[in-house]
Amino acid sequence: MHEMALAESVREIVEDTARANGARRVASVRLEIGKLSQVEVEAMRFAFDVVMRGTLAATARLDITETDGSAWCMRCSQPVVIAQRGDGCPQCGSHQLQVTGGERMRVMDIEIE
Amino acid sequence: MCMTCGCGTSDVHVEGGGHAHTHTHPDGSTHSHVHDPSQGAHDHVHEAVHEHSHTHADGTVHNHAHAHPHDHSHAPAAGEMHTHADGTTHAHALHDPAHAHHDPAHSHGAEALHYGRGPAGNSAPGMTQSRLVQIERDILSKNDGIAQRNRATLAQRGIFALNLVSSPGSGKTTLLVRTIERLAGRLQVAVIEGDQQTSVDAERIRATGAPALQINTGKGCHLDAAMVETALQRLAPAEDSVLMVENVGNLVCPAAFDLGEARKVVVLSVTEGEDKPLKYPDMFHAASLLLLNKVDLLPYLSFDVERCIEYARRINPSIEILQVSATSGAGLDAWLAWIEAGAHAARRQRLDQVAALQQRVAELEAQVARLQSP
Repeated sequence: MHEMALAESVREIVEDTARANGARRVASVRLEIGKLSQVEVEAMRFAFDVVMRGTLAATARLDITETDGSAWCMRCSQPVVIAQRGDGCPQCGSHQLQVTGGERMRVMDIEIE
Repeated sequence: MCMTCGCGTSDVHVEGGGHAHTHTHPDGSTHSHVHDPSQGAHDHVHEAVHEHSHTHADGTVHNHAHAHPHDHSHAPAAGEMHTHADGTTHAHALHDPAHAHHDPAHSHGAEALHYGRGPAGNSAPGMTQSRLVQIERDILSKNDGIAQRNRATLAQRGIFALNLVSSPGSGKTTLLVRTIERLAGRLQVAVIEGDQQTSVDAERIRATGAPALQINTGKGCHLDAAMVETALQRLAPAEDSVLMVENVGNLVCPAAFDLGEARKVVVLSVTEGEDKPLKYPDMFHAASLLLLNKVDLLPYLSFDVERCIEYARRINPSIEILQVSATSGAGLDAWLAWIEAGAHAARRQRLDQVAALQQRVAELEAQVARLQSP
């Protein structure tokens, strides 16, 4: 729901970087979105298109790499993959999980011309 | 535009049903198209200006008319599907589905400037001089940086700051009013109120005598660190006091935005569902304390407290939980004790910092004295 605000942060990072590198245009923007982060990818795509208007990245392609949610199951003593927060261990069903990955949302790189 | 919660800029409306639009392109050309309701619902949002520029790797300018009979996206693999910046999707009758061809002679009718390149354009050798710039920065890095600055400012002044989050109507403001009344004479409380509109809540707080500042977020669905930074400068809470930030009533968005608080406190009233922790896990994961409010109403409800607690712990095993009623006063002592413990810790931390600095000053003075003596 707050993807618009997040997309505005992406725009700032992209514009700053593009300007600092003397870009005439941004061809693509690559984001890493963890499945446990609070981002709806489709909403982000929508918001991205809206906020990039009139910027160097107005026509940039948006690539989103989604990373899996990962956790350490204390009962199984091994790493497991989870789809969302609150899910149990896919092996034993325990909720004693320590989330270890999939929470980040980052601007990875941009392609400039 | 956030279609779900409405945050973002305003001049957007959601249209449905049959209607015609005129689009203005960046190059000044306009064209219109008709949406046919018989195509089924296709909710889409139009901004005032429909910026619809297609860009080609080779920089070719070509003419290009859109017959827009519907639902398609620009995804290259999908061929004739085509998504616009404003979220509309529709078909390009006059377009090669792969969108990759675009030879310079290719003419489509109305004027349009194409700068973009479809992914297929990328593969054309020698056409672009693009290069990749590594960034790898957190999307929220700017907000988080300001939040850290707020946290440092608060720590320097020994202020214990809480970020109160909940859905609308959970009783946050009433709880705050009671809390301030009960803490009177023991702790000073200042309040930052976040709402989309009105300053009603801040006025309720000010009626208790506590300083309060209202932030209206307009269409925004959450407070962010920059808003709180500005509010802190205006409000200037006293040293060793408590700062309560009442966030916009929303269990989703505020979870992502660090304000610089010491703790997030999530308020859940028993008139809501006990499964809220499972439905909004991010918020319950981010919070340190769950206040289960309006427990005086439990006899009239089928709310299962034990189950709610189990759900909350499933999401966040370390969350503290207090059952309270702002109306009856039940459980408030424990809540006040929790606040006082946090406030005392913040004060102690400040005093430790002062003591450490004083010691450092003394050491430096001693050093200066040694160097000055012959």
